[in-house]
Amino acid sequence: MSGATILVRPLTPVPESGNYLTAGRTIWSWLTSTDHKRIAILYAISITVFFFIGAAAIAVIRFELLTPTGQYISDDTYNKLFTLHGVVMVWFFLIPSIPNTFGNFLLPLMIGAPDVAFPRLNLFSWYLNIAGGLFTLYAVIAGGVDTGWTFYTPFSTMFSNSHVLAAAAGVFVAGFSSIATGVNFIATIHMLRTEGMSWMRLPLFVWSLYATSLVLILATPVLAVTLLLIVAERWLGLPIFDPAHGGDPLLFQHLFWFYSHPAVYIMILPAMGVVTEVITCFARRRVFGYDFMVYALVAIAGIGFFVWGHHMFVSGQSPYASLVFSFLSFVVAVPSAIKVFNWTATLYRGSVSFEAPMLYALGFIGLFAIGGSTGLFLASIPVDIQVHDTYFVIAHFHYIMVGGSVSAFFAALHYWWPKITGKLYDEAWARFAAILMFFGFNFTFFPQFVLGYLGNPRRYHVYPPQFQVFHVMSSTGASVLAAAYLLPPIYLIWSMRWGRAAGDNPWGATGLEWRTSSPPPLHNFLNPPKVEQQPYAYHPEGRGPVPGSRTPYRTQDQPS
Amino acid sequence: MDALDFFPEAASTQATSTDFILFVLIGFTGIVVLSVLSLLVIFSIRFRRHSAVRRDDPPEWMKRDLEIGWSSAGLFLALFLAWWTSATELSALIAPKNALEIHVVAKQWMWKVQHQNGAREINVLHVPVDEPVRLIMTSQDVIHSFFVPEFRVKQDVLPGRDSRTWFQATKTGTFHLFCTQLCGTEHARMTGEVVVMSGPDFAHWLTSQPVSDDLTREGEALFRSLGCSGCHDAASRVQAPALAGFFGSEVRLANGTSVTGSDELLRDIVLHPREHSVAGYPSVMPSYAGIVGDEELLRISRYIHSLSPSPEGKQP
Repeated sequence: MSGATILVRPLTPVPESGNYLTAGRTIWSWLTSTDHKRIAILYAISITVFFFIGAAAIAVIRFELLTPTGQYISDDTYNKLFTLHGVVMVWFFLIPSIPNTFGNFLLPLMIGAPDVAFPRLNLFSWYLNIAGGLFTLYAVIAGGVDTGWTFYTPFSTMFSNSHVLAAAAGVFVAGFSSIATGVNFIATIHMLRTEGMSWMRLPLFVWSLYATSLVLILATPVLAVTLLLIVAERWLGLPIFDPAHGGDPLLFQHLFWFYSHPAVYIMILPAMGVVTEVITCFARRRVFGYDFMVYALVAIAGIGFFVWGHHMFVSGQSPYASLVFSFLSFVVAVPSAIKVFNWTATLYRGSVSFEAPMLYALGFIGLFAIGGSTGLFLASIPVDIQVHDTYFVIAHFHYIMVGGSVSAFFAALHYWWPKITGKLYDEAWARFAAILMFFGFNFTFFPQFVLGYLGNPRRYHVYPPQFQVFHVMSSTGASVLAAAYLLPPIYLIWSMRWGRAAGDNPWGATGLEWRTSSPPPLHNFLNPPKVEQQPYAYHPEGRGPVPGSRTPYRTQDQPS
Repeated sequence: MDALDFFPEAASTQATSTDFILFVLIGFTGIVVLSVLSLLVIFSIRFRRHSAVRRDDPPEWMKRDLEIGWSSAGLFLALFLAWWTSATELSALIAPKNALEIHVVAKQWMWKVQHQNGAREINVLHVPVDEPVRLIMTSQDVIHSFFVPEFRVKQDVLPGRDSRTWFQATKTGTFHLFCTQLCGTEHARMTGEVVVMSGPDFAHWLTSQPVSDDLTREGEALFRSLGCSGCHDAASRVQAPALAGFFGSEVRLANGTSVTGSDELLRDIVLHPREHSVAGYPSVMPSYAGIVGDEELLRISRYIHSLSPSPEGKQP
């Protein structure tokens, strides 16, 4: 067949009834909607609120840390602020961020389905998340929690005089929201793929949601049990972790990290999926090594369950257990490295352009590479002994979760914004924000690697004066980063009113989500699409992309 | 103001070996990360949208071989690094036999140190240079963590058990001591210093401390005041296990298991005597849970050590 481009004809002309945004205009119509796209918007609003609550807490902390003496807030307030930052950012922003907004919005669209498998469960999971968030906010308003987001025993159960129970209840409830979402996504991917959408034709973002959902439903119940044990000991006085009555405080750490290490993969796997979609689109090239990308996602999700002990090298766990966890932690880095290599190779002989989503995605690769490789330092026991519970660890996991996941979140936001709202944002502002975010991020967190090896412990309200210069760098960077985070809400909201119409497929992408109108109609497709293709047919096999062209060779529903 | 420090001083034997591992890791990961990110930038620029370059597909075999190649190279690098760092760690696991033993008790929010001869200090730890020092640590409340950055040594200190670590300082001077496990309101103020002195200076310092009773004698006093001696004293006529030679000996329990006498076993017996009743004796000992604290247990342990006739028993 000739390689001439086929005129792209939308499968689904905009119906008379309008799109999902106009399907109901009252607040009640939003709060009772079972449409996956509307629920995605509900999540987007709630996680944005939580993001700015968590950000406000850390802004106070970074300001306080400009000086070593801790002059503005009390020790107690400081501890409560970083606990608030951790709890809110982990459970009410990062965990639901990409899966529950973009996953919810795009999963049915990408596999050609009218909705998720259980639409009401989907709405219920949002209410659970909000209920959990309200418990947590109650804990804050009632006086705060000072245990850190890790709730280590016996401090959290026997000694802390703060509102541990309310916070634990909040996280417990939010956990069921995660489980509901995981079940829903797995059922959707198994049951609702449209005709021709075989497993190895799934877009990699869908594969990443599948791997994430597996982790969600297997790990989150352990968190729920762990929090119940905290409640049992703190409230009912059952001796579980208290050594004075035969309990074991290390048991808590094993249970907690059995959830919380895989939780890191809940945050990063969907980010990897997003970046794959964006890189391939703006490189106009098929994803390098699609099969390996799938295996790597599943391998990360699987091996990720067996590395939790690397959080406990100095805890007093058996040194032989530490050796096994160290070995497995080195191994889990391999599939992540494969993904970085494949993204890079996807650019080779591509036709690369640098729109805002691509800038965020390229930034993700750089920051994730640094964050991932510093993970090897933490996997090596002697180095981990030095940097455990110091700023090195903070820098490492912020490179993964903020440099990685949040960059990918913004990549997704800019990539799918035209589909979600039907409008184009101002490209110059978006590129500026992407670049500012990249530099602000490095400026904030790179000094913390040095600070950590020097020995500044984390969660320190006061610190020896020789560390001050690094804290000042970090706080200055944080103000740049804050500015970069405030820009997108402004120009994106501006675009909703004044932005140009986006058209169905502004990036010339190949996925099914681009084959319906922008914004999509209530039931996504007027006629169910039929899949004929691999997901990323940006160019014919054997020949590369046409330079300068924005037209895909074949979208997923076009025969080759 | 001091010169800007980018790297912590290395003041122990562990510090030197840890730094070496750090530099090797920086080397390996630096090469990999820099080459990948350089390729990312080079490809982005060379294959930018309007450049006139070749864009046809590389041959299929090349794609497959590259993928398999870098996957296995990555795996081998990971395996090598895991083996190499673990081997280094294993050799540093056990403290030398002749290590100087110092007891540390952590509590919200201070470090209490007690030396062999009974000398005590708070938030300061004096040690001799070039001599292995073993710390036996316990906590009276929550989990704390003993961290001396210049030594590259860190160990969580848990309630209800002994946590051990060791180091050998190589430089004299004063170094930071930090608590690195969040332990409550004044966590950031649970700091102190480690003072490393020359051997003679340390000996002089130690002897010039106000002499309280040494640990063994305090232990003996507790042994009597708590009533242990009523049954366990050599002169007692109540049938109870004699304690001389307890440490390192094999103890048969009533439940059929056989265990070795150790600080952990002593703690278990004192706090939970019924679960650890010794075979052949009536299970009549009351539990001392809530009566005997960690610091008392340390002293009783020292006293029982002193009852042992063998020289090893005196210096475990």
